Amino acid sequence: MPNMPKNKNPMPTQDPKIRKNNFLEVAMGYTEKLALDEAERCLNCKNMPCVEGCPVNVHIPAFIAKVREGKFEEAYKIISESSSLPAVCGRVCPQESQCEAKCVRGIKTEPVAIGRLERFVADYHNDNSKEAPKKVKSNTHKVAIVGSGPSGLTCAGDLAKRGYEVTVFEALHLAGGVLMYGIPEFRLPKSIVQKEIDSLKEMGVDFKVNTVIGKTLSIDELFEEYGFEAVFIGSGAGLPRFMNIPGENLKCVYSANEFLTRVNLMKAYKEDSATPVIKASRVAVVGGGNVAIDAARCALRLGAKEVYIVYRRGEEELPARKEEIEHAKEEGVVFKLLTNPTCIMGDENGFVKSIKCVEMELGEPDASGRRKPVEKPDSEFTIDVDCVIMSIGTSPNPLIKSTTEGLEISKHGGIVTNEEGLTSREGIYAGGDAVTGAATVILAMGAGKKAAAAIDEYIKNK
Amino acid sequence: MNKILKRKVLNPTVILMEVDAPLVAKKAEPGQFIILRADKDGERIPLTVADYDRKKGSVTIIFQVVGATTKQLSTLNEGDYIHDFVGPLGKATKVDGLKKVAVVGGGVGCAIAYPVAKKLHSMGADVHSVVGFRNKELIILEDEFRAASGKFVLMTDDGSAGEKGLVTNALEKLIESGENYDEVITIGPLIMMKFVCSLTKKYGIKTVASMNPIMIDGTGMCGGCRLTVGGKTVFACVDGPEFDGHEIDFDEAINRSSMYKPFEKAAYEKACNLYKDL
Repeated sequence: MPNMPKNKNPMPTQDPKIRKNNFLEVAMGYTEKLALDEAERCLNCKNMPCVEGCPVNVHIPAFIAKVREGKFEEAYKIISESSSLPAVCGRVCPQESQCEAKCVRGIKTEPVAIGRLERFVADYHNDNSKEAPKKVKSNTHKVAIVGSGPSGLTCAGDLAKRGYEVTVFEALHLAGGVLMYGIPEFRLPKSIVQKEIDSLKEMGVDFKVNTVIGKTLSIDELFEEYGFEAVFIGSGAGLPRFMNIPGENLKCVYSANEFLTRVNLMKAYKEDSATPVIKASRVAVVGGGNVAIDAARCALRLGAKEVYIVYRRGEEELPARKEEIEHAKEEGVVFKLLTNPTCIMGDENGFVKSIKCVEMELGEPDASGRRKPVEKPDSEFTIDVDCVIMSIGTSPNPLIKSTTEGLEISKHGGIVTNEEGLTSREGIYAGGDAVTGAATVILAMGAGKKAAAAIDEYIKNK
Repeated sequence: MNKILKRKVLNPTVILMEVDAPLVAKKAEPGQFIILRADKDGERIPLTVADYDRKKGSVTIIFQVVGATTKQLSTLNEGDYIHDFVGPLGKATKVDGLKKVAVVGGGVGCAIAYPVAKKLHSMGADVHSVVGFRNKELIILEDEFRAASGKFVLMTDDGSAGEKGLVTNALEKLIESGENYDEVITIGPLIMMKFVCSLTKKYGIKTVASMNPIMIDGTGMCGGCRLTVGGKTVFACVDGPEFDGHEIDFDEAINRSSMYKPFEKAAYEKACNLYKDL
């Protein structure tokens, strides 16, 4: 008989007062007891709506049933049939708008904590399993993956499992893409990402770092000179956008990408890092997505006394995950909602001194379906800050499209693909942010997975 | 990991390294740059390609020891490895159709100006090179420049070699004497390029300046290298590094380049202590 408490078992977390001063993981994960208890809440529905809600269709009730039996390793095997990065997804997926949004228990009470259970199972496996990932016998077909973020890693993993000889090309010195340079340590420890990459290596996937496709090598060379039969482009979202307001190029104005790259990839939060980052005392982060919240919480951990999220719409419209917003609030991040910056002011040495903003109110819905923010007259005010981080999205990177003839690009600059990830050129597939613009880790993984299946079909039928 | 094939000290603070990097060498053109990390925990620094040998598969970099990373890099010897070396990045210098060009270099910037002069010279253009250094001790690539130039003017701040004065003095003299340049290409300290550009603007000569701002990834991802050119925000790594010198906001670039001065100074002193016995 299923356990009937109304609410999910809460996730044990570090105390906000303590965690805002460290980069250790905020959410500490379920204990075995909590996991067993939470698994009892699953109704094991026949029609499995949760599975439909998952972009990679993890067999959710099946793995939870194994958790209930205490067979965690078997639960892991079930998850890994569909997902190549369970420890990552268990941490950063927006389950509340995917699997858990479809959970039948969520209609009247809280849904089953699917994400927390997934994380528990993945961590259990990582801590206890000594079994090395299996290397499948090669089918001698070569596939190139451009970019080692979530879509590329997923595509690589799925193809390696099918016997393909996969090479992943990464522009930076370290594989992992946004999982390494973007999402902070306290939300996704880098050792976990590294573990996922290492297991792909054990499966035979070859990683070539320091290789910029579109510069060092072109896609055409991959086909003609290196003998790849298909290429998957998962090169990510690209260039940070700025608002084009006065003062954006003052010292101590960062894009969120730069700020997070310094902190995460280049480890600038460590005292002995060779890469500097400004440790400001009052910081304004412009934007309301997960990246903005990550930047705000990093700034806090670097010692900022006051950190503001400046967002032009209201609380309801914040694109960031609810859980992250709650965590940020607990840590003391101040949300200045319905507020839009108009100008960044500098001191006599060219450093940021303050940010001028106006108050906004919500008008009629715009093209995105969200109510359009309109400026309130005579509402200008100033916040004193010594650092501004712009986190208002990205625009696509020109490097690949400018060096690959015949690759169709949308008017927003993303690569155009069909349902299966095929681009306008034979043998070239794409997925993730390079196609959709900035989105989530799991959507990118879903795209990588679909493309892997399509590439498999394509090469088999060639 | 890329092996250092050759290491040569050009002057007390400037070092040349020829690095084994076949993929970079295959594509590199004058004006492009690479990003390197000296060791596994190092910072990423951009350096412009000074030369390349496609057959040998090598790329030459020339750098001045100015900070912690270049100090550390300078301690590596032939046979040692540079941990990460990626490129070629940025756009190549546009040289097509140029018949007569003044190449104006300053200090270690001459290391980058030289391959441009060489390429133009090999295309049959008339190259006038104007190079400036603080003093005689710091002169680099003099013979190479002479070989690639129809006219060569050497300037030093203190007059210890060539003529005493600034590169802008020499350039103005050439222009005043009736030399008609299709284009001026300038590479050197920001302040020098600023004055070269304001001089050529006065004469209405198209001028291209090679910018070297603070950079991390070099592929457009971080936006740290942004500049204002013609009132628009551009990224030196993907849109440049060369831009229309008359449109660049040099004052802003100079301001931005000083963002980490205190950190850089402390890191350099630390590195100097660390490597003092080497």
